[in-house]
Amino acid sequence: MNTTQVQTGAAAGGVGRSIWVRRLWPWLVAVVIAMLLPLLVTSNHGLTMISHMGVMIIFALSYNMLLGNTGLLSFGHAVYFGLGGYMAMHMLRYIEATGFGMPLELLPVVGALGGLLFGLIFGAVSTRRAGVVFAMISLGIGEMVTASSLMFTGFFGGEAGLFGNREAPVSLFGIDYGPGRNVYYLVAVWALIAAVIMFLLRQTPLGWMANAVRDNPERAQFVGYSPQMVRFFQFVLAATFAGLAGGLFIVVDEIITDETVGMIQSGLVLLSAYIGGIGFFLGPVVGAVLVVFLESELSSITDAWLLYFGLLFVAVVMFAPQGLFGVAYQQVMSWRAGEWVRSFHARLYATSAMLVFVLALIAVIEKAYHVLRHWNPQEPMPLFFVTIDATSMVPWLVSFAVMAGALAVFFLHARPLLRRALDSGEGA
Amino acid sequence: MLETITFSLLNGLLYGMLLFMLSSGLTLIFGMMGVLNFAHASFYMLGAYFAYTMGLYTGFWVALFLAPIAVGLIGAAVERFGLRQVHQYGHVPELLFTFGLAYVVEELVRLFWGNTPMNYRVPEALDFPLFSLFGTNYPAFRVFVLVVAVSMFVGLYLLLKRTRAGLIIQASLSRPDMVSALGHNVPQVFMWVFAFGTGLAALGGVVGGIQLVTEPGMAFMMGPIVFVVVVVGGLGSIQGALIASILIGVLQTFALSVDWSLANLGMVFGYAVPPESFFATIWYMDSTRIAPMLPYLLLVLMLIFRPRGLMGKRES
Amino acid sequence: MSQETALALKGLTKNFGRAEIIRGVDLDIKANERHVIIGPNGAGKSTLFNLISGRLEATSGTIQLFGREIDGLPPHRVNRMGLSRSFQVTNLFQNMTVMQNLRCALLWSKGHKYAFWKLVNSQQEVTERAEELMERLNLTAKQHVPASLLTYAEQRALEIGATIASGAKVLLLDEPTAGMSRTEADDMVELIREITTDCTLVMVEHDLGVVFNLADRISVLVYGEVIASDTPEAVRANAAVQEAYLGTEVH
Repeated sequence: MNTTQVQTGAAAGGVGRSIWVRRLWPWLVAVVIAMLLPLLVTSNHGLTMISHMGVMIIFALSYNMLLGNTGLLSFGHAVYFGLGGYMAMHMLRYIEATGFGMPLELLPVVGALGGLLFGLIFGAVSTRRAGVVFAMISLGIGEMVTASSLMFTGFFGGEAGLFGNREAPVSLFGIDYGPGRNVYYLVAVWALIAAVIMFLLRQTPLGWMANAVRDNPERAQFVGYSPQMVRFFQFVLAATFAGLAGGLFIVVDEIITDETVGMIQSGLVLLSAYIGGIGFFLGPVVGAVLVVFLESELSSITDAWLLYFGLLFVAVVMFAPQGLFGVAYQQVMSWRAGEWVRSFHARLYATSAMLVFVLALIAVIEKAYHVLRHWNPQEPMPLFFVTIDATSMVPWLVSFAVMAGALAVFFLHARPLLRRALDSGEGA
Repeated sequence: MLETITFSLLNGLLYGMLLFMLSSGLTLIFGMMGVLNFAHASFYMLGAYFAYTMGLYTGFWVALFLAPIAVGLIGAAVERFGLRQVHQYGHVPELLFTFGLAYVVEELVRLFWGNTPMNYRVPEALDFPLFSLFGTNYPAFRVFVLVVAVSMFVGLYLLLKRTRAGLIIQASLSRPDMVSALGHNVPQVFMWVFAFGTGLAALGGVVGGIQLVTEPGMAFMMGPIVFVVVVVGGLGSIQGALIASILIGVLQTFALSVDWSLANLGMVFGYAVPPESFFATIWYMDSTRIAPMLPYLLLVLMLIFRPRGLMGKRES
Repeated sequence: MSQETALALKGLTKNFGRAEIIRGVDLDIKANERHVIIGPNGAGKSTLFNLISGRLEATSGTIQLFGREIDGLPPHRVNRMGLSRSFQVTNLFQNMTVMQNLRCALLWSKGHKYAFWKLVNSQQEVTERAEELMERLNLTAKQHVPASLLTYAEQRALEIGATIASGAKVLLLDEPTAGMSRTEADDMVELIREITTDCTLVMVEHDLGVVFNLADRISVLVYGEVIASDTPEAVRANAAVQEAYLGTEVH
């Protein structure tokens, strides 16, 4: 997919400093945002959320080492996240019990080692094949580990899970990790380190050959590489970073349950990476931030949040397989190519029509939840700045009329107009 | 002992046949379209819910026929307006589409029917003990489930071996490209195969919802197991799916009903692992706790050692 | 040219089900020889290449590369032992640029293996060698163009470049001039001549002009058997060859 964009830096050649500036500025922006974020977000809830974002960014980036870079679709990546988390949790409890001198800052490394260990074991059996067979093995391993949490309650802590106290270990820098803000900074630093490493890994011989094996495993063999070994190494590295994310996760939450190794968690990371865009390094980052935000904020606003979540995912798969970051990237490219000048109105028009449709759809879904799931459907329902009676006919008719109208406008008028606007450019 | 074995066999067979009803449609869809339908168990769930709600008005027997047809039509719509759109991007996005669909269906079911299990009961006409074994009554409904499943297998078998439509389907199980070369309207064939496959899953749901449970989590409970069946049986093989279903059904039921551990085996040979040793956890583990893991262990082992499954003709 | 044997096939057979495609091929190819295999369509030339390069497994017989058995080894092992091949149908990393394709082809031979602790772009040796290759292939101007956007002739050239990049001692080229115009084919022949001055070339070719222009020795494969293997002059004079092959193809 986008192997080109990361390497174009070298293409310019020779102009030393400006290249470094061009390469480094996104990272500097990331550092600044990460450092300033706690000034905006001060509540405990918010700090936990942005900490979870950091964890999810590492996790989703590690997932994309498989799906985006190597073409391996995994339904069981949470295994390494969860088992890494458990390893770190056991270490944390050991530190608590014995006063062992490992600092908290290094606890995620224990998680990474856990991920590495299980990545080696399960990677050896699952990377012999790619494609659907790999996907099925990953699903099988995921379910197997989930089922084994019932068997090994000592390790998994049973239904209640395991607790730990992050204030028990010493700190390398004498930081008090009681306050959520300090924990956030720890997560942010680790997330940046992990992201830089994973970014660089894409440009190593292994990273290149992972792309090669994804696109054409046969040719890769005829330049001396074993596709199985390439997949195996990528898998182990991805598992290691997933374990690192798991180790950080327990520092944030101080509790871990067997849900972290389960199907839902594996699905969540797949969703994050894919919604963001698997063809771009930053795609999973965008996806992770969005998914955690929706999970944390949307769930408190509406009962329908999981439905929105599913619909968003399906919509991305159907209409924007390049992911949200991919869409944004395309728009920027098209802006630079000057396409916006002549198609601005058409774009605005089509986007508005779609937006109206989505808003009407949201209205329908919200009303449906109110009527079907609210303990008293007759109760007045606030919806987009107005209050309506969801059991009466009128709001439903309005919503459906708007939906139909918006769709008609989009397909019959706006889209053809947009196409014409773009085509006329090509002809010129 | 004989009693336990007999009942485990019977119940295992029953569970296996339920699995078969789900997996036959999945294997058909996979064999023809190459789509590993992650949402297959969601159509099973829809079958159960539809039959329950329809049954309130029409009674069980009408719902038994109507619910699968309704779900099949939904399946056709999903194929026509969803999958076909994604088809151009390749198999991975198709898989992801059905994965997302599974989420959506579950949430919609929660929306319309709520989170609690439905009171979906055995119809009165079948609510009696058919025979008695070792002093325990065997309910007629279970036998009915077996009958439905067996007639489904026979029907499918005849359809595939004896009809023209079956011939096309069979041909595309092994050579999908040839079918289009022979001038069949592949997109339309796909749509009806998808509808048919999801309808079969719904039929499984109509009876399975009564036999097991009808609640929003039922799809995610059955989904992975159905995958195991299809992969172990061999992707695209109906006979393989039947064998694998029964194998897994019996295996799991036995592990659940026989309280047994490796230590029992050890005792036969007069050997025991010291209780404090590293392997003691596994050695003294009850089979009931191992049971949920067995199908997946089987799946992983199968994929490692025989990726085309028991009866599969090709790998993927 | 009586040096050591680069590639030796002994009693090689390959069956697909009941069909015998390769029926006992014995062939000795000397080091630094330019050896061209000709034969009618369906004679098994591509199958023979697939057997030698490890893409297919032989039903029976042995293949030796500089005295070491290579039959039954996976393609990447064969490649590492110094045998490299091109494909009749262009087989590149389509999404990668010319430069990236060549670098990928160089990585293993330059000893980088599965390294994940160094960056590809800072491997001077790889970069220099890739630039050298591009120069030779006349692709320098297109170095940042993805393989899928190259013209057919350029893709073929890149295919050859990816094949020779590793510095293999034995090259198998499968119809490198197929589908090319006269001038493109001539350029390709010159390129091949240039790059095979110190290695062994085994080539499948249909264009007899190319064949007699380039070959030190020619083998004629008909229905899975080698009916002649000799110098171009001798093959031209061989009655059996004329009957079985040349007679039907040369007008």
